[in-house]
Amino acid sequence: MAKAKVKRTSTSIDMTAMCDVSFLLLTFFILTATARQPDPLEIATPSSTVQYKLPDKGVVIVSVGKGKVFLDIVGQDVKRATLQKMGASYGLQFTEEEYKRFSVLPAFGVPVGSLKQFLAMDGPQREKSGLQTGIPLDSTKNNELFNWLKEARTANGEIYGIDLNAAIKGDGKTEYPVIRKVVEVFQNQKINKFSLITSSEGSK
Amino acid sequence: MAELDTSSGGGKKGGKVRTKKQATKVDLTAMVDLAFLLITFFMLTTSLSKPAAMEVAKPDKDAKDENRLELRESQTMTILLGKNDKIAWYMGQPSATNAPTIEGFGDIEASLLKNKKDVKDKTGRDIVIIIKPTDGSTYKNFVDIMDEIAITKTNISAPAVDDDPNHLLDGEKEFMRSNGIL
Repeated sequence: MAKAKVKRTSTSIDMTAMCDVSFLLLTFFILTATARQPDPLEIATPSSTVQYKLPDKGVVIVSVGKGKVFLDIVGQDVKRATLQKMGASYGLQFTEEEYKRFSVLPAFGVPVGSLKQFLAMDGPQREKSGLQTGIPLDSTKNNELFNWLKEARTANGEIYGIDLNAAIKGDGKTEYPVIRKVVEVFQNQKINKFSLITSSEGSK
Repeated sequence: MAELDTSSGGGKKGGKVRTKKQATKVDLTAMVDLAFLLITFFMLTTSLSKPAAMEVAKPDKDAKDENRLELRESQTMTILLGKNDKIAWYMGQPSATNAPTIEGFGDIEASLLKNKKDVKDKTGRDIVIIIKPTDGSTYKNFVDIMDEIAITKTNISAPAVDDDPNHLLDGEKEFMRSNGIL
């Protein structure tokens, strides 16, 4: 008696199409992803339940932590224009190379005076140099943070034609008086509406 | 899932020497696995890297405008942020009979809801909240209380933030100092 043979079917599936699709998606996500800039200041933002996301452009982030104030102007062209204006008002001349370096700089916290020296260094040197003492924020009305903000707002208005969003990114343990100082700088130039950056937490 | 070799081995019986046919299929399983892993990674990081922002609006500092509205005592709740993550709050005006209540951040939600309901029942108006962060409080306290107010939907419009240390009333200072939270 002949044995009934079970027909053997191949276990392999054609993966070509799946592979195509997945790499297409992968390419899309890699291209749309914005590389996270390393933060020179370790900041643990408090969490909240707000869902509103900060826009991609026209934003200035003032980071506050350990009593220092850092500034991050989002957008390379805005950064460049801001530096031009700052150079003009502080009587500093920057070279093309320095403009280029500045426009790709993540958050920085150097007084305008040592900015040239700071831009000449590379990444690890900047960390070590100890130049990042934070942007001067003294009690005078025309302090450096005030001017940075003012010039960034003008530059932003010229490039995008929209109002600048000012945001504070503070460390949870920062004493309130430091925040108050920053808010005062905002209000001195009539930025009465600003955002606080928080990390999201699940809504209750 | 390696591919099974289903081809019958070419016999040598025929006189012709045949070139062995190479399978053109490549096993793509591992490649697809990797691609999907990377997709997942990029999907998650792109959506998470956008920070959430909390909107704060403050009144103009040197407003010449005298047309300001006075707040009714009966509908005002003042929240003082003190040291060591403590909150002191009171309704209306602080006095000996109306001493502020000291609470932690865990209990403030219940108080907010209760006061909101009380004010609505008594006066038929919505509660108005004034937040006064003092020098002893931290940034986290401030964000937390703004968040609690947003969660409980206590204020219809934004809460009033009064962070000028000179605006602290003497009664408030004294109370907070006597309780060690200023």
